[in-house]
Amino acid sequence: MLLGSVVYITYLDASPLIVPHWQDHMTNKYSAFSLFRESLRGHKGWQPAWRSPKPQAEYDVVIIGGGGQGLATAYYLAKNNGIKRVAVLEKGWLGGGNTGRNTTTIRSNYFHPESVALYEFSLNLYENLSRELNYNVMFSQRGLMTLIHSEPDLEMANRTVNAMQLNGIDATIISRAEVQKRAPVLNFRDDARYPIHGAVWQGRAGTARHDAVAWGYARAADRLGVDIIQNCEVTGLLTEGGICKGVETNQGTIRAARVGSAVAGNSSVVADMAGYKLPIQSYALQAFVSEPLKPIMNTVALSPATGTYFCQSDKGGVVIGGALDRVPSYGQRGNLPMQEDVLSGLLEMAPALANVKLLRHWAGIVDVTPDSSPVIGPTPLPGFFLNGGWGTGGFKAIPAGGTIFAHLLATGTHHEISQPFDPSRFTSGRLVDEGAASGIAH
Amino acid sequence: MQRFPCPFCGPRDEREFHFAGEAGKIRPTPSAAQSDTDWATYLYEAQNPRGPSREIWVHTPCQEYFIMTRDTVSMEVLGTEQLRKETL
Ligand SMILES: Cc1cc2nc3c(=O)[nH]c(=O)nc-3n(C[C@H](O)[C@H](O)[C@H](O)COP(=O)(O)OP(=O)(O)OC[C@H]3O[C@@H](n4cnc5c(N)ncnc54)[C@H](O)[C@@H]3O)c2cc1C
Ligand SMILES: [Zn+2]
Repeated sequence: MLLGSVVYITYLDASPLIVPHWQDHMTNKYSAFSLFRESLRGHKGWQPAWRSPKPQAEYDVVIIGGGGQGLATAYYLAKNNGIKRVAVLEKGWLGGGNTGRNTTTIRSNYFHPESVALYEFSLNLYENLSRELNYNVMFSQRGLMTLIHSEPDLEMANRTVNAMQLNGIDATIISRAEVQKRAPVLNFRDDARYPIHGAVWQGRAGTARHDAVAWGYARAADRLGVDIIQNCEVTGLLTEGGICKGVETNQGTIRAARVGSAVAGNSSVVADMAGYKLPIQSYALQAFVSEPLKPIMNTVALSPATGTYFCQSDKGGVVIGGALDRVPSYGQRGNLPMQEDVLSGLLEMAPALANVKLLRHWAGIVDVTPDSSPVIGPTPLPGFFLNGGWGTGGFKAIPAGGTIFAHLLATGTHHEISQPFDPSRFTSGRLVDEGAASGIAH
Repeated sequence: MQRFPCPFCGPRDEREFHFAGEAGKIRPTPSAAQSDTDWATYLYEAQNPRGPSREIWVHTPCQEYFIMTRDTVSMEVLGTEQLRKETL
């Protein structure tokens, strides 16, 4: 999947040479009709999905980080808030951070009402996202099951499901027989170390194509006039009279009335440039994908006992994830101790996969907060705003995170949904402790 | 697997070690007046450096707590120090 984006950028870099010649016949909108028309003329009329402009000297808003959060923020700033002089600065390639490395689980079955307001809003936006962006993000509501392995598990599951139902979320408990019907590849053997008694089920949960979410927002934002600038690393903040006035980058100084940071695992590094500390620790989170198989799994299953979860991509690869590494890290690559843990968990969950070969193994650097909830809000440096702390679960929150961060950057004040996630909660003690409450890492 | 040096047992498999926190944080004295900000700083704020990082680790088999300086990008161990003060 990462390879795909590299190839894509190469195509874009080469494209300005061919654009003028085809300008009159360019295909802008994606539809069955445009696909048909292009097929008749050798697919020569497709336009680059976004421009590659040189940075201007000044913008209304500069967003640091071209992951899903940054790109969605730019899109909603232009669309909802009418602010179009916006730049997204990405030090590498779009979606090359956690967005292009994640296992794409989307769900809203959180415990606290504050979290449900956020993630359910996001799920609703995902339900219409392909149409909204005119880009197929392949959102597939295949459901998610959190397995129940024991009687105490069942009691906890009941408590969780009750809380979710009170929050209006479509969570239910399903029986062992129903788990088996939906996911026969799971371990129903008599000698299972973690027998399956049932599961917490959210039917509207699912997966989407990670790159497509980044690219879809990038294309839609570009069309609204947003400048997306890749290979542009922010190295410092420009401050005048104690106020943030822009950024220093490897492509020069860029001034901005407001600057937003959406850099996930690098949040502390960027906060350092602003001269303050965050309640964030960076860790590697690893994932794995197998060789393509025929369809064997059409939902997502998570085992709290092993920490492993998996689903199957449309290409057939089994996509496997697990818990965080145990050691703080900025080393964006896999390692063996966690590989052993996650894969032994997978074999306990689905012993039939024992002879399947792994294709790739990678890591992203995630920004973990003490309460496993994001940190969104103003910072001690006026003019500089933060969207971070999404940790292991911010892909599902991209549409909502983008909307509320755009609101914050446009107005300087919180959207009602982001208010509870203001950094001040660590001083007031009003944590939104999802780590403890729902006990789920993602 | 990587090996980490326990100042007591020597080089051992990384899975025997547990990360206990960043080094150099001093707990505010509860008996003295402390502001919410002081507590929040102590409890939640992290240096979280990209690069060399001074940390407290424990080697679980021998229960020795010690300071290890590590590069958080390359994972290279840059040195260890005893936490224990020598009693003469
Ligand atoms: C293995 C793995 C599995 C995951 N599984 C799930 C899941 O199933 N469901 C879910 O909801 N979430 C999941 N997540 C979490 C999710 O991927 C992230 O929370 C989400 O992608 C964060 O989006 P973002 O835009 O904030 O960060 P990113 O996509 O990481 O984007 C940040 C960008 O900032 C750029 N950047 C950093 N520093 C600078 C700088 N100085 N200048 C310019 N640019 C900079 C980076 O290059 C990067 O592209 C997973 C994460 C990982 C690693
Ligand atoms: Zn030891």
